Amino acid sequence: MTLMNSKASETVALSPAEEPPAAPGDRPSPDGPLVIIEPSKSWVALDLRDLWTYRELLYFLVWRDVKVRYKQTILGAAWAIIQPLFTMVIFTLLFGRLAGIKFEGVPYALSAYAGLLPWTFFSNAVTASGNSLVGNANLITKVYFPRIVIPAAAVFAGLVDLFFAFLTLIALMIYYRVSPSLNLLALPALVMLTSTLALAVGMWMSALNVKYRDVRYALPFLIQLWMFASPIIYPSSMVPAKWRWLISLNPLTGIIEGYRSSLFNLAFDWRALAVSSLLTLLALVYSLFTFKRMERRFADII
Amino acid sequence: MRSIVVENLGKQYKIGEQQSPYGTLRESMVRTASAIPRLFRRHSNGSGRSIWALKEVGFEVKPGEVVGLIGRNGAGKSTLLKVLSRITEPTEGRVELRGRVASLLEVGTGFHHELTGRENIFLNGSIMGMTRKEIVRRFDEIVAFAGIEEFLDTPIKHYSSGMYGRLGFSLAAHLEAELLLVDEVLAVGDQDFQKKCLGKMEALGRQGRTVIFVSHNMPMILRLCERAVLLDHGHLTADGPARDVANHYLRTGTGSLAERIWPTPETAIGDEYVRLHSVRVLDENGDLAETLDIRNPATIEVSYWNLKQLRQPTVTLRFINEDGLELFASNDSVNREWWKTTRRTGLVRTQCRIPGNFLAEGRIFVGAAVCSYDPYILHTSEDDAVTFQVEDRTDGDGARGVYPGRWPGVVRPMLDWQVSQDENS
Repeated sequence: MTLMNSKASETVALSPAEEPPAAPGDRPSPDGPLVIIEPSKSWVALDLRDLWTYRELLYFLVWRDVKVRYKQTILGAAWAIIQPLFTMVIFTLLFGRLAGIKFEGVPYALSAYAGLLPWTFFSNAVTASGNSLVGNANLITKVYFPRIVIPAAAVFAGLVDLFFAFLTLIALMIYYRVSPSLNLLALPALVMLTSTLALAVGMWMSALNVKYRDVRYALPFLIQLWMFASPIIYPSSMVPAKWRWLISLNPLTGIIEGYRSSLFNLAFDWRALAVSSLLTLLALVYSLFTFKRMERRFADII
Repeated sequence: MRSIVVENLGKQYKIGEQQSPYGTLRESMVRTASAIPRLFRRHSNGSGRSIWALKEVGFEVKPGEVVGLIGRNGAGKSTLLKVLSRITEPTEGRVELRGRVASLLEVGTGFHHELTGRENIFLNGSIMGMTRKEIVRRFDEIVAFAGIEEFLDTPIKHYSSGMYGRLGFSLAAHLEAELLLVDEVLAVGDQDFQKKCLGKMEALGRQGRTVIFVSHNMPMILRLCERAVLLDHGHLTADGPARDVANHYLRTGTGSLAERIWPTPETAIGDEYVRLHSVRVLDENGDLAETLDIRNPATIEVSYWNLKQLRQPTVTLRFINEDGLELFASNDSVNREWWKTTRRTGLVRTQCRIPGNFLAEGRIFVGAAVCSYDPYILHTSEDDAVTFQVEDRTDGDGARGVYPGRWPGVVRPMLDWQVSQDENS
């Protein structure tokens, strides 16, 4: 039996002309927005007005996640730096020195770190948002707000860590005497693209996780695989030409190489970026659609 | 202009879903695979049974009305609130809400124990729908009402449960919304705070807000609500003045307020060990009585089916007065012989004798619960199982003597007064 969905729509309050004349002594009628609750058609639009109303909640949830994380840990902000930094060290030793992989124009360590920067953000954001709905079950069963706020908050909380990791990158660039160029202007756009992709994947995972708790266990494994499929340890130029189309199916490929191009004044691979952007957009649309469709059952299943 | 309009509302749950709410991908794949052959069969019942938690519910609420929503456990009250709060969606029907809605389904929703009181006020306020400006504006009031000024900057994991509850309620009470949906959150804090809560609820009603208030506490419902709506197994069975609907609710089944009977174990409340059969109020002669004379002893009789000879169930009775004050409770384990006796299967009848000249005048509500220990299991409980009125006639024998006015006190014992007088001087 398919359950029907619900939609909430806002109607402007009745104009005074339509209301019956108030008798003396009547209390003024409340003129709040009219909300209609009913089971509705199968495809549900994203209610942007509703989302805008709850924008402050998004801020507070991000603030909560960040504050709690930094309160509970001794090292606090340092973790945001340690993760990519230590990974970089290990990669440099194993793949840079031992295996002899080389990146274009820039020392291995720096290149690896530049790849780890968005990757760490992406993998942490996806993991956090993938588990976010289930982790906030108490909210979902007790209060109304657009559920999308929850995985979104998890992704945006990761941006704070990204910022600290970025500071470390600047330090590394100074150390390796690599100067930035105008390409750097592309960086904010790349960050937005990465966030959008993280949101799309995280949202989808979080919705699935509510129904199928396998997701929680599958996610770390999938992330691991995804890392190897992305040009973090190795440059995409290392992949034999006839297989290159395969890794370009990975939206992160274009994005990560884009970071390197932007930071180290290398040529942009516009085709790869275009593919990444398109894939990200498709992922977002699909994700939103799936999320909205599954949203109505969250409180019942969770 | 109506605040709330509910038309033909229905909410269906699949039973299978409730038992195993989330599946694994493997299970889903198996089910999908077997769905294809099912499509070809004419009569497929689908997987699992389903229940209608709400069915054909319809009512309207005008702005400023305070409506009580009452019914037994499982009648659908919380489900109705959830639908009105947009937390879960209806299967059929339609609801119109005019005005901002604030739902109070739980105290302290969203509190994070690592954050301080101050931080949690902002967090929780935002979760419940307040804007930052509103929270700042109401901040001092909220803190003052909860009485936690000194502890504002301590993480709430260090708060006592009382402080926690007070803060949660205080936040909820200061929400700026025209429509309030409240689910039994008032049972927090000590006596003083409960009084404050009650006062605040009354004030909210007077301010012209529309309130739907769910509670099992009849006295509270009677005090706060002018109108009440009764849900029974998902259907709306009564709608009218609170007192009438409350009486109807208490009177279900046998036509008497002083007696509640569940005729068969299958339909009775309870679990696989114990099923409640009846709760009755008996006077000094052992007859069913809705009114008791204050001077005479009375008996509350509880009988239940002990279905398996595995546990030692005990019965607890709670006595609550009109103001919602819990007068006292008593448990059958005070009978040391019975405590040591092994319960056999079958119908067990307990009688609790209440002495005369003990209870005060007024209406008393009795709640019954059956539980067992090692490990603790609550087999069943029914708040407001029965109710009776205690009368103190002014013919001289009772504690009030011949004094006709209002006699204070939540109990009215007949005490022994010894008086002596000096001969001279």
